Amino acid sequence: MHQAVRFGSRVRIRSEVAMGLKTPLYDIHVASGAKIIDFGGWDMPLSYGSQLDEHRAVRRDSGIFDVSHMCAIDLSGVRVVELLRLLLANDVAKLRVPGAALYSCMLKPSGGVIDDLIAYLLADGFFRLVVNAGTRGKDLKWLQEHAGPFGVSVRERKDLAILAVQGPLAREKTTALLSPAHRDTALRIARFSGAAIDSWFLARTGYTGEDGFEIMLPAEEAAALWQSLVARGVTPAGLGARDTLRLEAGMALYGSDMDESRHPLESGLAWTVAFEPADRDFIGRAELERVRAQGCDAMVGLVLEERGVLRNHQSVFAEASARSPGAPIGEITSGTFSPTLNRAIALARVRPNPPARVFVEIRGQPHAARVVKPPFVRNGKAMDGL
Amino acid sequence: MSENVPDDLQYTRSHEWVRNLANGQVEIGITDHAQQALGDLVFVEVPEVGRELKAGEACAVVESVKAASDVYSPVSGRVAERNSTLSEQPELLNSDPYGAGWLIRVTRSATPTEGPFLKAAEYAQFVKEAG
Repeated sequence: MHQAVRFGSRVRIRSEVAMGLKTPLYDIHVASGAKIIDFGGWDMPLSYGSQLDEHRAVRRDSGIFDVSHMCAIDLSGVRVVELLRLLLANDVAKLRVPGAALYSCMLKPSGGVIDDLIAYLLADGFFRLVVNAGTRGKDLKWLQEHAGPFGVSVRERKDLAILAVQGPLAREKTTALLSPAHRDTALRIARFSGAAIDSWFLARTGYTGEDGFEIMLPAEEAAALWQSLVARGVTPAGLGARDTLRLEAGMALYGSDMDESRHPLESGLAWTVAFEPADRDFIGRAELERVRAQGCDAMVGLVLEERGVLRNHQSVFAEASARSPGAPIGEITSGTFSPTLNRAIALARVRPNPPARVFVEIRGQPHAARVVKPPFVRNGKAMDGL
Repeated sequence: MSENVPDDLQYTRSHEWVRNLANGQVEIGITDHAQQALGDLVFVEVPEVGRELKAGEACAVVESVKAASDVYSPVSGRVAERNSTLSEQPELLNSDPYGAGWLIRVTRSATPTEGPFLKAAEYAQFVKEAG
């Protein structure tokens, strides 16, 4: 038996002594029997047993993820809005009330994606960004380079842990732990916004397509929260389930679906680029304007019609004769098996206007797949027609 | 993680097991170590009955959520039977790798060219050393 494909491009299964960075919950993961992998330099839980069971727990009830490897960065200064309107392709001027959140790409002048992130407006002149683990160093460097002239301070919050509690029962089970006053505050948090509760920040955001919270809290309080939620029947879930959940939800993964060589318009992220107002000159804008006028590849969803599993980097063809002269029309950027649909699904970057049915080359053979618009699953249910 | 290595089977360094059946055929599958390393299996492709296999040839594919792996035939011979239940229930490879999760039964060719296989203790040691 030989392992031909590995999970994602940045992940290696670790079977020897783990050597990477560790979150405050690392010992709990190991004690819970987690299979530990390297992810962006961090020793993280891949799963605690069956990643399919963890996936289903999140779709049907609730699951908890340690995402403390992600990096929280606080930006403060009177000109912070000006800075972020320059650095982000989405427009933080849309954020009007404290706690409001915005998903955005941070671009190079070439339009390539430095990272995707969530920006939270915490208070007047005060934002928090949550960025990917693997991009932490270059993100901080980029932010610091640009923050200086605006007099904005950049502070990495290494003192915080981040837990994601996701699923239809996630909010109920999380808020049950809070005092009555705090529970009311937490239950009033609108979708895609957050609120500070003492030293915690609760945001109604996530990466699964389910309702729930992402909770930033002092690192030393993370273990107690984790154990309280697990005691209430919230299932510990690892990066394996996180990947199948986000892909079913049609959400992009940095490093697979986009990177510095790809711009948001060809990565299914056009909806995150605020071209209006037309006079906001964010970094990357000129190139995106040019691409938008000219047209570019598109990100589509694929559902494999037959049995099998779609994988990253498989070629997509317009016709079944994959070995005949026809060149591929695109490539899968994220492929997996969807536990909810019980079929293989993928995100694929393809030439504009692909046919409704395409063929993916798996081990040299063409396999038919239907072209769909992501997401595949929302709030526990397959999208209509899937 | 505790891994099961039954004493009555033979093993390969590529993590297949071989069982000698009473009718002279051999039954082939993947080890408990292999299924644990792969995680949840979601797709299994086994060869057609009648196919001639050479020892060491890729004869089946097992795919988990995270990885695809080839399975190499430990023996030379003709496929006599294949476990068709696995196309509907690939999870049998996880739950019962040495029983209901068997892949194929092979009628060995007259002059075996393969082996020698590892005994259970040798395979357990091999897995331990490979970490």
